[in-house]
Amino acid sequence: MQKQVFEGYVEYLQIMDEDGNIDEKLMPAELSDEKIIDMYKYMLFARNLDAKTLSLQRQGRVYTFAPLLGEEATQIGVAFAMKKDDILVPSFRQHGIFLARGLPLASHFIYWKGYEEGNITLKGINSTPFAVPVSTQMPHAAGIAFGQKYQGKNASVVAYIGDGGTSEGDFYESINFAGVYKLSLVTIIENNQWAISMPRSGQTAAQTLAQKAVAAGIDCIQVDGNDVIAVYKAASDAIKSRNPALIECVTYRLGMHTTSDDPTKYRTDEEVKKWEQKDPIKRVKAYLEKKNLWNDKLESDEIQSQMDRINKAVEEAESFKPDPVSMFKNVYSFMPEIISEEMESAVGANFWL
Amino acid sequence: MVGAINNALELCMKEDEKIILLGEDIGKDGGVFRVTDGLIEKFGEKRVVDTPLAESAIIGASIGMALSGLRPVPEVQFAGFMLLSFSQLLNHAARYRSRTRSTMPLPMVVRTPVGGGVKALEHHSDNPEALYSHIGGLIVVEPSNPYDAKGLLIKALHMNDPIIFLEPTKLYRLFKQEIPDEMYEVDIGKASYLKKGEQLTVITYGNTVPIVSSVIEKKNISADVIDLRTINPFDEKTILESAKKTGKVLIVHEASLNFGVGAEISARIAEKAMFELSAPIMRVAAPSFPVPYPGYENYYIPNEKKVSDAIDKLLSV
Ligand SMILES: Cc1ncc(C[n+]2csc(CCOP(=O)(O)OP(=O)(O)O)c2C)c(N)n1
Ligand SMILES: [Mg+2]
Repeated sequence: MQKQVFEGYVEYLQIMDEDGNIDEKLMPAELSDEKIIDMYKYMLFARNLDAKTLSLQRQGRVYTFAPLLGEEATQIGVAFAMKKDDILVPSFRQHGIFLARGLPLASHFIYWKGYEEGNITLKGINSTPFAVPVSTQMPHAAGIAFGQKYQGKNASVVAYIGDGGTSEGDFYESINFAGVYKLSLVTIIENNQWAISMPRSGQTAAQTLAQKAVAAGIDCIQVDGNDVIAVYKAASDAIKSRNPALIECVTYRLGMHTTSDDPTKYRTDEEVKKWEQKDPIKRVKAYLEKKNLWNDKLESDEIQSQMDRINKAVEEAESFKPDPVSMFKNVYSFMPEIISEEMESAVGANFWL
Repeated sequence: MVGAINNALELCMKEDEKIILLGEDIGKDGGVFRVTDGLIEKFGEKRVVDTPLAESAIIGASIGMALSGLRPVPEVQFAGFMLLSFSQLLNHAARYRSRTRSTMPLPMVVRTPVGGGVKALEHHSDNPEALYSHIGGLIVVEPSNPYDAKGLLIKALHMNDPIIFLEPTKLYRLFKQEIPDEMYEVDIGKASYLKKGEQLTVITYGNTVPIVSSVIEKKNISADVIDLRTINPFDEKTILESAKKTGKVLIVHEASLNFGVGAEISARIAEKAMFELSAPIMRVAAPSFPVPYPGYENYYIPNEKKVSDAIDKLLSV
C-alpha cells in the first residue's frame, strides 16, 4: 500500500536570463522601470561597499571581513520585497540587504572595525545583528514570527541562512517550528555553492535545498539567485502568503569565504569564470541598456555619488571613539558589585594599556 | 605548535589504523589554521573526513564511532561553535564510562582552537575550559608550547577517555621550538614547572603562559611558574607543594574571572594550605562577561601590565 503525501517536484523560477531577457509572462506587474533601475543601483552600491570594505581590510583598517561579491541579487531582490516593518534576521554576509534597508553606512564600518556600537542602528531597520555561529539565528526568527502572531502584528520575518547552514539542527528545528504554528517566516537560503571549502554537494544527498521544506510541511521554491526579479517575485509571494516558506536562491560566492580564506586551495578558476558569466548585475544592466534606460554617463555619476557616500561613512567610522567602559555597563540591566569592582579597577589602571 | 600537532596526528595515525579525523574543512583545505594540512594526501579521504556543517553531528557521531571501535579525532573549527555540540559532550561523552561501569569507554580526542589575542570575529576567541571541566568525566588539556602539544596529544591518543584538547590560536605560530621527531608522551594530569623560585607561585596555562614568563623575566624575581597543561583533572599535588613553599599564589588565565579555573584552584589551596600562606590568593583574568568584539579585545584580555601589577601587589603584602 502507498500513501501519497506530497508531489515530488520543486518549482524553479527564473524571470530574467543571463543576457537580460525578460519572461514577460512571469514579470511582476508592480515592477516599473524605475523600480528596476533602483534595484540595479542598490546592487551596484552593495558591490561598491563590499569592494571598499575588502580594500580597507587589506590595509588593516577593518578586521576579518566576509564579502558578498556575486550574491547581490539574492539580497537586493528580497530587500525590495520586504515592507519597512518586516523584520530581517540575517546570518553574517548580508550587508547588501542592510544597505538597501537603510542602515547608516558608518555602522557597517564600525561593525567590521570590531565595535559592538556598529549594531546600535540595526533596530532602526528592523533587523537583528549578524549571527556568526552558523544557523543559530534561525530559531530566533521563528520566535520573532511567533511573537508577531501572538501580538496580532502583521510584520513578516525574513531569515537568511547559507547552504552550509542547512546542515545544522537549528535550521530544521526552526522551519519545523514555523510549520507547526503557521508562522509568517520566510527563510532565504543564500546558496552560494560553498561553505568555506565544502561544496554544496558535500552538505547533503538531497537534490535541492528547497525540498527540505517538504518534511516540515511548508512551502518552497528554488530560484535563480542571480536574477533579482525572480528573487523579488519569490520573496514577495512568500511574504504576502503569510505562510512559512523556504526559498533557495541559487547563486555563487565569487570571492573568498572571508579575508582569512584562500579559495584557490579548493576550487578551480574555470568554475569561478563560469559563474562570472551569470553575474547578477551585468544582466540587469544589459536589460536597462537595451531599453535605453541606462548609459555610461548615468553609471559613472551613480558610482561617483555612491563612492562619496561610502568615503564619508569611512571617515565617520574612523573618527569613532571606542568606549571600553560600555563593555561593563551593558552586561546586565543593573550593575552588580562584582562587575562594578572590575570596571573600577580597569578604569583606575587605564585598562593596563 | 601547528606543526607539532600535525606531526602527532601523523605519527599516531601511522601507528593506529583506528584513528580517523573528521570535521569541517579539515581535508582538502587542511583546516582553517592548516593544522591538518597534508594529512588527507597521506591518509586519504577515508581517514580524513570533511563533514557537513553540523557540530552536534560531528561530536555525536564521534561518540558512535568510538563505541563502534574506532578512535575518532573530531576537530571543531572554533571553540565557540563547540557549544552546538554541548549536549553530546556533557550529556553523553562525560557520562558514558560511568553509566556503563567502564564497559563502554569512549576513546576520542576533540580538538578545537581557543582564546583571543588575534583580533578574530565574534565567537572566535572564547576560552571554555571551565565549562568542560566543571561537569567531570571529560579530560581537558591545554598546551602552551609545541613540545607539550605534541606529547600531550600523543598521550591523549593512547588513552581510553573522551579528551577535550584546547589549542590556543595565538600560540599556533607565535614561536618556533625544536622538538623531537619521534613519538613521545607528556603525562596528562601533570603540571610542569617553567621556573623555580622562592618569592611567589604563579599558576597559569595556555595563552597567558608567555605573558607570565615574560613578566617574571623582566621583573627578575624568583618565582615558581607552573604551567597547568591539564585543566581537568589538574595537578593538585604540584600546586600545593609550591603554594606551601612560597606562601604567595597568583593564578593567571585569559578566560573570565567568574567561576573560572582560578576559582577552583584557589579554593583547593585555601582548603588545604591556608595556614601556610602569607598573603591572600590572587587572580588575574578577563572581566566577568563574554569576550567583546575585536576592537575592544585589548581592553579585555589580561596583559603583561595587569599581571605585573598583581605581582607587585602580592609581593608588597
Ligand atoms: C556553528 C558554526 N560552525 C562553524 C562555523 C565556521 N564557519 C563560518 S562560516 C562557515 C561556512 C558557512 O557556509 P554557508 O552556510 O554556506 O554560508 P556562506 O559562508 O557560504 O555564506 C563556517 C564553517 C561557524 N561560524 N559556526
Ligand atoms: Mg555557502
